[in-house]
Amino acid sequence: MSGIWAGMVEAFLLVWSLDADLIDITLRSLKVSLSALVIACAIALPLGTWLAIRRFRHRRFVIAILNALMGLPPVVVGLIVYLLLSRAGPFGVLDLLFTPTAMVIAQVIIITPLIASITHQAMRELWSEYHDLLISLNTTHGQRIATLIWDGRRTLMTASLAGFGRAVGEVGAIMIVGGNIDHVTRVLTTAIALETGKGDFALALGLGVVLIALSLCVNLTIHSLSRTEREGRW
Amino acid sequence: MIRAILFALICAGTAIQAETLRLAATTSFNNSGLSDALLPAIAQDIGLDVQLLVVGTGQALRLGQSGDVDAILVHSKEAELAFVEAGYASHRREIMYNDFVVIGPSNDPAQVMAATSAIEALLRVAAAQSTFVSRGDDSGTHRKELSLWAAAGTDRVKFTSWYREVGASMGASLNSASAMNGYILADRASWLNFGNKGDLALLFSGDPVLFNQYAYLPVSAERHAHVKAQAARNLEKWLVSPRAKSIINGYEIGNEALFVFNARP
Amino acid sequence: MSQNLFVQLQGVVVKRRAKAVLGPIDLELSGGGFTIVLGPNGAGKTTLLKVLHGVERITSGSVTWSVSDKTAQQGQAYVFQSPVMLRRSVRANLAYPLQLLGLPKAEIAERVAHWGARIGLSAVLDFPAPRLSGGEQQKLALARALIRRPHTLFLDEPCANLDGRSTREVEDILCEATQAGARIIMTTHDLGQARRLADRVLFLSKGQVEEQARANTFFTAPESSGATAFLNGDIIE
Repeated sequence: MSGIWAGMVEAFLLVWSLDADLIDITLRSLKVSLSALVIACAIALPLGTWLAIRRFRHRRFVIAILNALMGLPPVVVGLIVYLLLSRAGPFGVLDLLFTPTAMVIAQVIIITPLIASITHQAMRELWSEYHDLLISLNTTHGQRIATLIWDGRRTLMTASLAGFGRAVGEVGAIMIVGGNIDHVTRVLTTAIALETGKGDFALALGLGVVLIALSLCVNLTIHSLSRTEREGRW
Repeated sequence: MIRAILFALICAGTAIQAETLRLAATTSFNNSGLSDALLPAIAQDIGLDVQLLVVGTGQALRLGQSGDVDAILVHSKEAELAFVEAGYASHRREIMYNDFVVIGPSNDPAQVMAATSAIEALLRVAAAQSTFVSRGDDSGTHRKELSLWAAAGTDRVKFTSWYREVGASMGASLNSASAMNGYILADRASWLNFGNKGDLALLFSGDPVLFNQYAYLPVSAERHAHVKAQAARNLEKWLVSPRAKSIINGYEIGNEALFVFNARP
Repeated sequence: MSQNLFVQLQGVVVKRRAKAVLGPIDLELSGGGFTIVLGPNGAGKTTLLKVLHGVERITSGSVTWSVSDKTAQQGQAYVFQSPVMLRRSVRANLAYPLQLLGLPKAEIAERVAHWGARIGLSAVLDFPAPRLSGGEQQKLALARALIRRPHTLFLDEPCANLDGRSTREVEDILCEATQAGARIIMTTHDLGQARRLADRVLFLSKGQVEEQARANTFFTAPESSGATAFLNGDIIE
């Protein structure tokens, strides 16, 4: 218990002193994970919705694959992205390895299946509710997707926040493709791994507390923003 | 007048913009804290912003092989020679050495303290079947440990559950040893800088066979045209300079020097 | 085609799980006003309505409208037996079909206000629609259908769950709509309502059109035995 207390004290001191390094890695954590979230949502929300309303052969197979991809070990994703972006690999000329961009790419790959899967499940239920009406009104596919996404936005927001949680707490993949370079690709999770490895548990735990607080802040902000809508109701 | 200002601004701009170089170095180099002492001096002296990737020796060599970094700093002579032989680097440049030490529980059940050589120390652990934590990650430290077991004439295949391969970095392995209260071979620098010692203590050191040579290998520009060969050369020059010598020899933890500079100019 | 003919069904069959639930049907519908579809449960009334609206797939046969298919589709509206409410406010539900058509905001606001008042829900325009009572939802679904000014309106048991007063309100709205030029095809179990509203009657039994007649003819002198039994109140198997 004293170890955990030491960690909380350390966290308080770090934040209180507005430690420059802490601010640096916290902002980078936010930047990387939020970028990954935005891109992943842009792909996953329409994809999940589209899967819910379109009937085609092999549809069940595609959905099964999507659900299975949720269980992709992040470290494996990191390794694959590394091999693709390495100088010895196909996309080496882009010089993306060991940059925050590579980290965003890896995180997008990791969280898109998660968001798409939850989206699909929610949209399927909503679609069965709206099905008759939307068909009767001669809506186009695009109109259907837009209507479902808007009316199902609360569940989609939960899906997005689940994705964000997964991204901001991820460490395996971004360690490999980012390299944990000080002031360049170091984020909260990789810094925690580094300090743990050095045996500096208090600092590692302190950073962990900051990470949890960060995640809480993001969640609370998004929840409160959405409540200002007219029909704000859970 | 305007032209002069413009010119000055351009000069200032290029001067402020430091060049960057990617260096893959082993975890022991970073864990000792030496990198935190060297990197700022490098930036100040030659305007080079070294982006340090802290990885295991095996991974460092792999990164150099693919050309994903511009230079590597490792401590595994055999692997380095093979690296040069294969043409991935033009040469290896010895910079400094530190030593390995045998760490173990302070009550020393295997009586390692009484050993007169490193090999004897390890044999005592094996005989007592006390818990021994091995890096198991193909790092420089791991290779040194394996070479000692081999020189002792033991067959690691016959080791039973007292021998635990954790497959992790120096710090993580020390954490495991601390938790298991077992023996472990570590580099002195990482040990002194380690924050979770628990009941462990330094039990054996000083045998010359435990010396740990660090070398700098710039990645071959012939193999990978894109590497920053000039910057790598500049860094190499700096690393063998008197300035580097004074920082390296002067780096202490608790009044104990960790590294010995032995580069030849 | 006879005068005022607006839709023609030829050899239409609808099969579900290899069982024919409707058809074969040869049918011509013409003229405005109310066409009431009557028949016992399971006769295929709802299926026929859906076939006419184009949302039920037919196994064989053809459905031909007198105007182009696209115009036909856009000019139709359907009110389901259990109304589908969008998870939005009453106002947003009313506005939705107009937004789909891309009408200007001012026009949408005007029509929404008009129809909100017409169905007596002005006070609750910003209330979430799924929270309305069954009767209110039914009226909302009706208003949502009529707000597009369709030329053909399909209704499936529109007053099934309504009390007397709401039923009267709905029938008033429907009569107004026919006077404005819409034609209405609806099913009902309420024979009294059928007598009140019908201009023509389609009697369905076991997936076939047993009788098609003008309203007064049908109710006073039905031709088929099935229709006679039905009007008598007998159970038809």
